[in-house]
Amino acid sequence: MKKHEVIAMLLAGGQGSRLGILTRKLAKPAVPFGGKYRIIDFPLSNCANSGIYTVGVLTQYQPLILNSYIGIGSHWDLDKKNAGVTVLPPYVRHDGGHWYLGTANAVYQNIEFVDQYDPEYILVLSGDHIYKMDYSKMVDFHKEKEADVTIAVIEVPWEETHRFGIMNTEKDNRIVEFEEKPLEAKNNLASMGVYVFDWQKLRNALIEDDLDSGSDHDFGKNVIPKMLDEGRKVFAYPFKHYWKDVGTIESLWQANMDLIDDSPELDLYERDWKIYSVNPNQPVQYIGAEASVKKSLVNEGCQVYGSVERSILFPGVVVGKGSIIRDSVIMSDVTIGENVVIERSIIGEECTVEDRCRIGQPGKGQEGITVLGENVVASKEKSIPAGVEINIDNCHEFGCCPNGIHNREVGE
Amino acid sequence: MKNVVGIINDTDIKQKLKDLTRARSTAAVPFGGRYRIIDFVLSNMANSGIKNIGILTQSNNRSLLDHVDSGKEWDLLSKRDGLFILPPIFRYDQFTGNLGDVDHYYNHMDYLNRSRQEYILISNSNIIYNMDYREIETFYHKKRADVVMVYKNVSETYKTNHRVLSLLLDNNERVRDMADARDKALSPAAALEIAFMKKNLFMQLIDDCIARGYRDFTKDGLIKNLDRCKIFAYEHKGHAAKIDSIKTYFRHSMDLLKPEVWKDVFLSHGNISTKVKDEPPAKYQESAQVSNSLMANGCHIAGTVENSLLSRGVVIHAGAVVRNSIVMQKGQIHEGAVVENAILDKDVVITSGKQIIGDAEYPMVVEKQAVI
Repeated sequence: MKKHEVIAMLLAGGQGSRLGILTRKLAKPAVPFGGKYRIIDFPLSNCANSGIYTVGVLTQYQPLILNSYIGIGSHWDLDKKNAGVTVLPPYVRHDGGHWYLGTANAVYQNIEFVDQYDPEYILVLSGDHIYKMDYSKMVDFHKEKEADVTIAVIEVPWEETHRFGIMNTEKDNRIVEFEEKPLEAKNNLASMGVYVFDWQKLRNALIEDDLDSGSDHDFGKNVIPKMLDEGRKVFAYPFKHYWKDVGTIESLWQANMDLIDDSPELDLYERDWKIYSVNPNQPVQYIGAEASVKKSLVNEGCQVYGSVERSILFPGVVVGKGSIIRDSVIMSDVTIGENVVIERSIIGEECTVEDRCRIGQPGKGQEGITVLGENVVASKEKSIPAGVEINIDNCHEFGCCPNGIHNREVGE
Repeated sequence: MKNVVGIINDTDIKQKLKDLTRARSTAAVPFGGRYRIIDFVLSNMANSGIKNIGILTQSNNRSLLDHVDSGKEWDLLSKRDGLFILPPIFRYDQFTGNLGDVDHYYNHMDYLNRSRQEYILISNSNIIYNMDYREIETFYHKKRADVVMVYKNVSETYKTNHRVLSLLLDNNERVRDMADARDKALSPAAALEIAFMKKNLFMQLIDDCIARGYRDFTKDGLIKNLDRCKIFAYEHKGHAAKIDSIKTYFRHSMDLLKPEVWKDVFLSHGNISTKVKDEPPAKYQESAQVSNSLMANGCHIAGTVENSLLSRGVVIHAGAVVRNSIVMQKGQIHEGAVVENAILDKDVVITSGKQIIGDAEYPMVVEKQAVI
């Protein structure tokens, strides 16, 4: 195999359990975002736009949708003759095998994959974040500093430092200490989960880590702190643009809402840094004569006859006459009847909301984002209180799915 | 329809499309917000299972070639068969006089000879419709026909002063007469300029035309053989629109604003595919006022849009008004500008306060890349 200077390893095996029913059937990187994308489109597009065309995608939890979505990577321009995307699930060796035990173990188990390309540097990415970043600049920074490890960091508000892995740095950006979720932080530079390593040094570190039975085999918890202890040159690469961890329902909803500002921090319309995605190939959207659409993103194939405010519509959504969609994210192929009101909700793919339903009604001390999992049917005049999560397991408690999606699954 | 080779004839440049066909062929004219006219026929063929498709092109084909590329979007990028571009061939002995479609077919006989398919479906490039061509194949066998053509019953309102190929059918749906006339239509059955037959018969008809110096496949190949060949006609009941002038282009574009037409054309049999541009979703700002309009991805709307069709990447600034108009890719309408009854070709910029107002019956056309 031809030598590659940099290859990327994208960690996409996470369950994202805090996303509740949204990740019941798919891995977190496959969660839909922004009216068109899945989360993994961001790191994959960043790779292609940065000129890094060799990407190993490490999958484990619910990989079906993710695997078929990635395919051979042609949607991100990653189908190349001597490079491209390779999906890397855990596998069985002659002496057995096991699941990926941690982020570091996932890369450890694929040392042979990386060695094929004989890279100088390896870029380790996570499939959980929304951001646009030129990784080639980070690699240049890594070379310039003659670092062993470079960690991309972003300033977070001081009051939120306890949620992040915080890097304590000297003034030339060299990291002297790493604190995981500190109660009293000395700094507000949080790790973005984007690392550049010298491959040979990481390779040795991974082999050592594998032999350490006390280790959780995690980059943030084990491998990087150990490299710091050994006095390796670990540098922080400051990133000043939009970056969001969409690990919870609330943050996923908020990151979607961030896009509807008149000039959002994350500019999806930048011609030189497009975010690629699998195209649903639907016709142009139709906005009806009595419709109103304000402060929203609407995708192809939608038919809007009602009113849409501060919301995001994925492809193929139908909004009936007299319906009001406010502060909500409506995923692909959802059908919304007439005179429906949906507020502060996330409606999953292929749901049906029939006439005169009220979804996400505030009051009774309930707040928070209402979530309908995929394929839920809210029959006529149903009222769904704010903050509940409904999927095919509990929909009967809310009187949804009268024809029983549950039964259909069992029947199959 | 694996056993059928599809031929799309884009050699007839519709001069009445004026500025729209100045830099591109008829098939490459943008239509419906994110499509080119050829996408409809090409997608119909691909969706019907035709795996081998040749496009006969004219000399101004850069735009078309760029659009269809390898044929991947129509799943036509394959090791065997796929999409073939059949460019015009200039021979010194043919420089005098205009070439007819027969000459173009004749020049590419090799392609047909080498295709392993038994049947051929030929179509003009300028018709907007969504049809499953397998219906034609079934009809062909049911009628034991030699040739099947497709027609649409046109109502009074669709009569134009353009030439229409009308068909006179008997009770058994066999074509008894056919005429390409301006006003004197034989019947309301207007041919959609599609023909299905055995490939060998087609090649023989072309050979016969060439041998006699005939140039026009419809008039010389079909009309003159009405008695010798059993030509039947199949009715297409869905929407169909022939684009051959600015007027028909404008009217048929505006027809897409009717939800029943939109659904029929885009969703009835299969998806219409097109070149992917990776545009983000359309964005509507607080000040946006949009009604009865079709919007493509990548649009950015802060102004007013009524009864209009906006292509990918169009920007309507706050205070701008667009009414009864078509704005093609990446058009920009600045603050205070008014665009009414107009067709703006790609990359047109209308600066602040300017008014571009055409007549409802005759839209104003602004050529590609103009800045007004």
